[in-house]
Amino acid sequence: MPFSIPKEEYMMSGHTACAGCGATLAMRYVMKAMGEKTVVTVPASCWAVIPGNYPNTALKVPFIYTPFASTGATISGIREALNEEGKEDYNVVGFAGDGGTADIGLQALSAAMERGHNVFYIMYDNEAYMNTGIQRSSSTPYGAWTTTTPVGKDRVYKKENKKVVADMMMAQKVPYVATASIAFPEDLIKKIQNAKKVKGPKFIQILSPCPPGWYFNSENTVKIARLAVETRIFPLYEYIEGKFTLYKNPNPLPVEKYLEIQGRFGHLSTEEIQKIQENVNKRWEELLDREKGKVIT
Amino acid sequence: MVLVPTAYAPSSNNKTSSWRTTKPVIDYGKCTRCMICWKFCPDVAIGVTQGMNLEFPNERFAKMEAPYIDYDYCKGCGICANECPFDAIDMVQESEM
Repeated sequence: MPFSIPKEEYMMSGHTACAGCGATLAMRYVMKAMGEKTVVTVPASCWAVIPGNYPNTALKVPFIYTPFASTGATISGIREALNEEGKEDYNVVGFAGDGGTADIGLQALSAAMERGHNVFYIMYDNEAYMNTGIQRSSSTPYGAWTTTTPVGKDRVYKKENKKVVADMMMAQKVPYVATASIAFPEDLIKKIQNAKKVKGPKFIQILSPCPPGWYFNSENTVKIARLAVETRIFPLYEYIEGKFTLYKNPNPLPVEKYLEIQGRFGHLSTEEIQKIQENVNKRWEELLDREKGKVIT
Repeated sequence: MVLVPTAYAPSSNNKTSSWRTTKPVIDYGKCTRCMICWKFCPDVAIGVTQGMNLEFPNERFAKMEAPYIDYDYCKGCGICANECPFDAIDMVQESEM
């Protein structure tokens, strides 16, 4: 049978991720696309514990741990040091979660993108601080339950909208920006191969569902990632040196399909679901406008 | 020249088979070798094999590469059974310890 994604594995089994983890799938596909000549950097995140205790490692390539706020700084340094050694053909990858990207690492990320090092920054977006016990991050979507936004009697769910870091990176005119999903590995790998052709910083945001944090059964990880794209909650797009392309699914599903199988949205009333649907529609229109070339501020 | 001493052990030294409560079992009579289960396994516990004495739907399948499940590492998440378009994978309860 023809294989739709590269057959080589750079991630090993026996890692300590939860059953059905979306972040490990994201790493597996990213490594398949990057290949052997790669250096991976992770800050404090789920991926800092997934390889296991010292001296275990789950990747067959160099794997460097860095403090929470400094993924961007570390990949900049590794890139320049490799260039000095004449190893321009190595890929330097920062692989950070949404807390290490949208909140704590944002300054170092923005600075690394501005300096224009030839690096990849991959954000695996599981929409909360999952490793420390499901605390809200700025990438958590509206309406979600987390341990720091417990719903309870007073209904204190997250009232703010999700901060989409990929949109911020486009505002910063990063040469390559894309969003991808673990449910579409062929698309994810194609995007990384496109990114390799671009000289300069690259930013890719990958939606990776988390069974314990989002409260769903582990077998639904890929299904939920697919529904996020089909309901337009997580639109897939690619931005290469100013040219924006949006993946348009012809028959979008209502957002209920995505929300109803996740326990973290179980408390939402019909009006709140309606509000989410309106926000999704509004963002979709904005993305269509962007594709037509209208500037959005 | 190695500047930093490096010592590492592959994570595949850890067997994670005791994590699961249900295990996937492939029905090779229904399997069409599409490898979608291999593609979506987060534990890299589905490998590719060839020439094993499997039960084939017909002779044409005998020479094809087929998925097999490495029960040393499978955590029993069930993604393979859920994503299989031909219902060729069943999740079976693990027997009592």
